[in-house]
Amino acid sequence: MKHLQKNKNTEKSNNIVKVYIIAFLMLLISVIFGIFAGSVKISLGDIAAALFNGTTALGTNGVIIRFVRIPRVLAALICGAALSVSGAVIQGVLANKLASPSIIGVNAGAGLAVTLCAALGLAGGFRFSLFAFTGAFITVLIVSMLAKRFEASRSSVILIGVAMNSLLGAFTDSVRTFVPEVSIMSNDFRIGDFSSVTYVKLIPSAVIIILSLLILMTLSNDLDVLCLGDDTAKGLGLNVGAIKVLFLILAAALSGAAVSIAGLLSFVGLLVPHAVRRFSPGESRHLLPLSALFGGSFVTLCDTLARTAFSPYELPVGIIMAFLGAPFFVFILIKKKGGHNNA
Amino acid sequence: MLNVKSLCSGYINTEILHDISFTARPGEITAIIGPNGCGKSTLLKTISGIIPASNGSVYYNEADILKLSQQERARIISYLTQNRQVPDITAGRLVLHGRFPYLSYPRRYRKEDYEAAKKAMEDMGITELSDKPLSRLSGGMQQQVYIAMALAQDTDIILFDEPTTYLDIRNQMTVLKYMRRLADSGKTVIMVIHDIGHALETADHVLLMKEGRIIADGNPLEVYESGAIGDVFGIGIEKIVSASGTHYICT
Repeated sequence: MKHLQKNKNTEKSNNIVKVYIIAFLMLLISVIFGIFAGSVKISLGDIAAALFNGTTALGTNGVIIRFVRIPRVLAALICGAALSVSGAVIQGVLANKLASPSIIGVNAGAGLAVTLCAALGLAGGFRFSLFAFTGAFITVLIVSMLAKRFEASRSSVILIGVAMNSLLGAFTDSVRTFVPEVSIMSNDFRIGDFSSVTYVKLIPSAVIIILSLLILMTLSNDLDVLCLGDDTAKGLGLNVGAIKVLFLILAAALSGAAVSIAGLLSFVGLLVPHAVRRFSPGESRHLLPLSALFGGSFVTLCDTLARTAFSPYELPVGIIMAFLGAPFFVFILIKKKGGHNNA
Repeated sequence: MLNVKSLCSGYINTEILHDISFTARPGEITAIIGPNGCGKSTLLKTISGIIPASNGSVYYNEADILKLSQQERARIISYLTQNRQVPDITAGRLVLHGRFPYLSYPRRYRKEDYEAAKKAMEDMGITELSDKPLSRLSGGMQQQVYIAMALAQDTDIILFDEPTTYLDIRNQMTVLKYMRRLADSGKTVIMVIHDIGHALETADHVLLMKEGRIIADGNPLEVYESGAIGDVFGIGIEKIVSASGTHYICT
C-alpha cells in the first residue's frame, strides 16, 4: 500500500514536470516560428547579425529582425503572459472562474484611459502605461467594491462587468467622436494588434509586467489561501482586505500594461487559466507560471499566424485568437463535463 | 482558559451580540446552541477576530487576544467556517495551509510545515487522500480534511461553526468523535451546532443563546433542567436514559 502510494506520488510529479516541459517547448517553438516566419526569408546568420552587430552593420534582414520581428515576438510573449496571469489572479480574488480582465471591464478601463491620454495630447511610452494602469485599476476596484458591497453572486459580478464594459465603451466612443484625431482607437486597437510595436512602446510596459509577474510568483501561497474564502483566510491569519487590494493592483498593472502595447486583446485571460487548470493541479504556484508560459506562447503563435496566413494581408491577432481560442475553449468545457480523472 | 467578557459586536448599524460573557475550559467541548439568527456564528467570528468587536474582550492566558494581529491570533485560535467554497487544490495542500500563520513573506512552506501537515493527516487517518483534489471528496471527507488543517495549525483553541451540517448521520457521529478527541488532547473546543441532542450528549459545557444574549450556561444537565431550551426553541425536550447512555429527544 505504502509502495503504491509512493508510485502514485512520483507519477503525479512526473505529470507536472511533463506539463512544464511542454510549456517550455511551446515557448521555444512560438519564438522560433515568430522570428523566422514572414515574407522576408531569413537565415541563422541573419539572426546572429541582428543580435550582435552594431546598428550600422545591420543588413536589411538584420533591421527587420531586430526592429520588427524581435520586438513583436517579445510584445506578444509579454502581453500573453500578462493577460493570462492577470486573468488567473482576478479569478482567484473574485472567487469566480468566469472572470477575466476583458470580461469584467478591466481592459476596457485601460482602453478608455489610453484613449483619453491620446485625446489630451499626452501620448508617449511611460505615460501610456501609467494611464492604462490607472484605468484598469479604477475599473477593477469599482467592480470588486460593488461585488462586495452588494454581496453579489458570481453571475452578478459578471453582469456588473458587462455593464462596466458597455459604459466604458460608451465613454471611449464619445471621446473618439469629439476628438476624431484620436486614431489610437482604431479597429486594430479594439481587436488587439501588435503591428505597430516599437521598443519605445514596449520597454516601459515590459518592465511593469515583468516586475508584477515576479512579485506575484512570491505570493502564490497567499493567493491559494485567499481562494479558501474570506473567513477561512482570515482564520489562517491572512490580512484579506490588504492582500486583495495588492492582488488587484498587480492584476491591473499586468492588464493595463498589456493593453497599452497591444490594445484590447480579449479572451486570452479567460482561456489560458482554464486550460492550465485542466492539465495541472489548480494551485497558484503552478497555475501562475504555467499561465504565463502558455499565454505568452499562445499569443505569439496567434500573432505569427495573423501576419503570415493571409500574406500580404495582415489580420489583427485578436481575430485569430478568437478563431482558434473559442472552439478550443468550448472543447475544454465539454471535456471537463465528461470523464475527467487525471487532474 | 478562554475568558470572554462583555463582548458586543455586529455589522454596520446593527448590534448582534449584546454583552456576552462566558468561560471555555481546555479539555472540554463547549457547544453553542440557539435558534437561527441568534448570533452563534457571529460570536465565533468575533472571538476569532474575523469581524471586529465593538466592545468587550477575549482573554486567553492573561492576554486580550482581540488586541493581537490577525496572524498572531491565528497561532492561538483556529476557526473552521460553515459556508465555504471548495477550492481548486488537493487535500494535502489544504492541510499544509494550516501552517500559513507561521510563515512570513515570502511565504514558502518549510520542512517542519510539511511534517506537521503529514502528521495531522495521519492523526485523522486520511493520508491516502493527500493527492486527491478536494472537489472530488465527499462532504464527510472534506470535513475531515478541514479538521486536519486545524490540527496542522496547532492552536490551543479550535472554533467550529456547524461541523456536522450537511453530513449524513454516520459522518456526523465521526466528526463529533473527533471533537471529543481534540478536547481530550487538551484543546479548548467550541462548536456551534444545531442538533440539540448531539450538543447535550457530546458537550461538557453548553451555552444557549437567544437574540444575541446567553440565556443559559452550564453543563448539559443543568441547561436541560433549566427548561430554557424548550422555551427558546418553542419545542418540548425529553431526557431518556437507555443502555447506550443518556439521550435527549425533541418532541
